[in-house]
Amino acid sequence: MEMTRKERIDRGIKVRTEGIYAISSWEEVLYLAGPRLVLILGLLSLPLVLQVAPYWKRVVNITCIYALLALSFDFLANYVGLVCLGGAFFIGVGGYLSAIFNVYLGFPIYLSIPLATFLGAILCTFVILPVLPLRGVYFAIVTLMYPLLFTRIIEAFNILGGTNGIAGVESFPSPWVEQYLVILITLIALFGMRRLVNQDIGLVLRGVKDNDQSVRASGMNITSLKAFAVFIASLIGCFGGAYLAHLYMWAGISLFALDFSIIPIAAVVIGGGGTLTGAVIGSFILVPLSEFLRFAGTFRIVIYCVILTAVIVLKSEGLMVYFQRKYHQRERWVKL
Amino acid sequence: MELLIYGIINSITLSLISLGFTLVYSISRLPNFAHGALYISSGYLVWTFLNRVGLPYLPSILLGIGLTSLIGAGIYRFILIRIRGMEISEIIATYAIGLAIIEGLRWGGLRGMTFTLPSFVSGSVRFLGVGVDYQRLFVVGIGLITFLLLYLFTHFNKIGLALRGIAQNERAAMMLGINSDMTAVISLAIGSGLAGFAAVLILPLGSIIVETGYNVLIFAIAVSIIGGLGSWGGAIVASFIIGLAQILTEAFISSHFQMVIALLAIIVTLILKPSGIFGRQKELEERV
Repeated sequence: MEMTRKERIDRGIKVRTEGIYAISSWEEVLYLAGPRLVLILGLLSLPLVLQVAPYWKRVVNITCIYALLALSFDFLANYVGLVCLGGAFFIGVGGYLSAIFNVYLGFPIYLSIPLATFLGAILCTFVILPVLPLRGVYFAIVTLMYPLLFTRIIEAFNILGGTNGIAGVESFPSPWVEQYLVILITLIALFGMRRLVNQDIGLVLRGVKDNDQSVRASGMNITSLKAFAVFIASLIGCFGGAYLAHLYMWAGISLFALDFSIIPIAAVVIGGGGTLTGAVIGSFILVPLSEFLRFAGTFRIVIYCVILTAVIVLKSEGLMVYFQRKYHQRERWVKL
Repeated sequence: MELLIYGIINSITLSLISLGFTLVYSISRLPNFAHGALYISSGYLVWTFLNRVGLPYLPSILLGIGLTSLIGAGIYRFILIRIRGMEISEIIATYAIGLAIIEGLRWGGLRGMTFTLPSFVSGSVRFLGVGVDYQRLFVVGIGLITFLLLYLFTHFNKIGLALRGIAQNERAAMMLGINSDMTAVISLAIGSGLAGFAAVLILPLGSIIVETGYNVLIFAIAVSIIGGLGSWGGAIVASFIIGLAQILTEAFISSHFQMVIALLAIIVTLILKPSGIFGRQKELEERV
C-alpha cells in the first residue's frame, strides 16, 4: 500500500504579508484586511439589512450580548487559564446595578450604563478576588456557584424587588442607538481584546496560564495579574448586563439564569477556543439557531448540549481555527 | 431531640447523595457534573419500569440502578475517554451531558403530573419521642450498610484495591498492570449506580422533580468540597456539618436559606482551605 501524508504549507502571500505592513500590492492588502472587513461591515450592515424583519433586530442585540460574554469567557479560559462558568454573574451584577442607578437613583441612561459597567466590574473583581488563587475545577465550581448564590440571596432576603425584579428601567432613545451601541461595543471589545492579548501584558497572562510558578518566580504578582484579567472580562460582561436591563426595561433574577453561562461556553467551543473571533462567530451561529428552535422549548438546551459535547469530543479545534488553516495554508498529499 | 434526629437523617441523606460524586472524583479525578442528572434519571427509570412497563417494585429498582450505572460507564467509555486530562473539556462535557439529560427529561417526560415512587414500607414508628416514618429509617440503615460495604469493597477486594491504587498514584498503579481506563469505567459505573441507589432510597420521601437534579449536584459538590475533594471520611463528616446546619436554619431562620448555607459553605471553604477539612494537602495542585 502506498503511504501518503498530508502536508500543510503556508501560502506565499501569507509569508509575505505576515507582520510586514509594507504595502506591496492590493492583493496582499486585501488578503490581510478582507476577513476583518467582511466581519466588520457584515455586523454594521446587519441592522440595515434586517429592516425588513424587525423581530430579528432584537435577536441581533441578544446575540451581541452573548458574543460579549463569549469573548470574556474565551479571554479568561484560553489566555489566563481561569475557567469561569459564571457569565451569568457578570450579566446579573451589571443589570441590577444599572437598574438601581436608573430606577432608584434616577440617573439618565447615558450615565447609568457606563456607571453600572465600571462599578459592576469593580464589584465582580472584588467578589472573585478571594478565589483567584484557586485553580482548575475549584475556580470553575466557585464561579458556577456565584450566580446561584446571588439568586438565592435576593429571593431569601426579598431585596431589590425580590422575585418580581425591578421594573420601569428607561429604554433607549431610538432603535438605532439601541442597535448600533451594542454592535459597536462588540466590535471594539473584539478588536481591543485581540490587541490586548498581543501586548506585553497578554504574553504575561498567557504565561500565567501555562506555568504560573515560573511567572511568580520572575517576581510578578500572579493574583494582581489575574485580578486585572477578571476586571477586563467583567467589564465586558457587565456592559452586556446593563444593556440587557435597559433593553428589556427590567432587571430580575432571570439575569442570573443558566443560559448566560452555558451558551457563551458553547459558542466559544464551537467557534474555536483562543481565537476571540471564533467566540463572536460561534454566538452568531448558536443564538439565531436557538431562535429557530424556539418551538422546541427546553429541548433547545438538549440540542445545544449535544452539539457542544460532539464538538468537544470530535472536533475540538473549533470552526475558526479550521477556517484559518484553510485560509492561510495549502494542503496536499505527498508520498512517503 | 427532633432537630437532632432529623438532622442526622438529613446528613445521611446528603452523604448518600454525594457518595457517588466523591468516589468518581477520588478515583479518576473526573468531576462528574452529570451526577445530579444521573440521580434524577434513575428515579425516572424506576418510575417508568414500575408504572409503564408494569414490573414489580424490586426488579424495577434493580433495573433502574443497573441502567444508570450503564449510562455512567457509557459516558466514560464513549465521551470522557477522548478528553481525559483536559480539565476544561472534562468540566464542560460532563456539565453539558448532565444538562442534556435533565432538560431532556423535563421536555420529554417529567412534566404535567407529579411522579412519585411508593415507599418500601409505609407507616411510622416513635423513636425517643419523635415520630419517624419507616422510609427514613430505611435511608439511615441502608445508608450505613452501604458505607460499610463500600469500605469492605475497597479494602478487601481486588477490584476495589485496584481502584484505590489508581486513586493514590496512577503511574505506579499502571506499572503494576492496573488498567487506568478500565478502573475509570468501573468507578463511573459504581458512582452512577450509587447516585441511582440514593435516588431510589430518597425519592419515595417526595416526588420526582427535575429541579432536584440541580440541587443534588450542588449538594454533592458542597459536601465533597467541604470534606475535601476525593476524601471519603471527609465527605461523611461534611455531610453531617451541612445536614445539621440545614435543619437548624430551617428551624430557626427560614427554609429559604437552606441553599444559601450550602453555597456559602462551598465558597468559604474554597477560600479558606481548598483542600477541605480532611483533604490531603495538595497546595500546588489546587492553588497558587
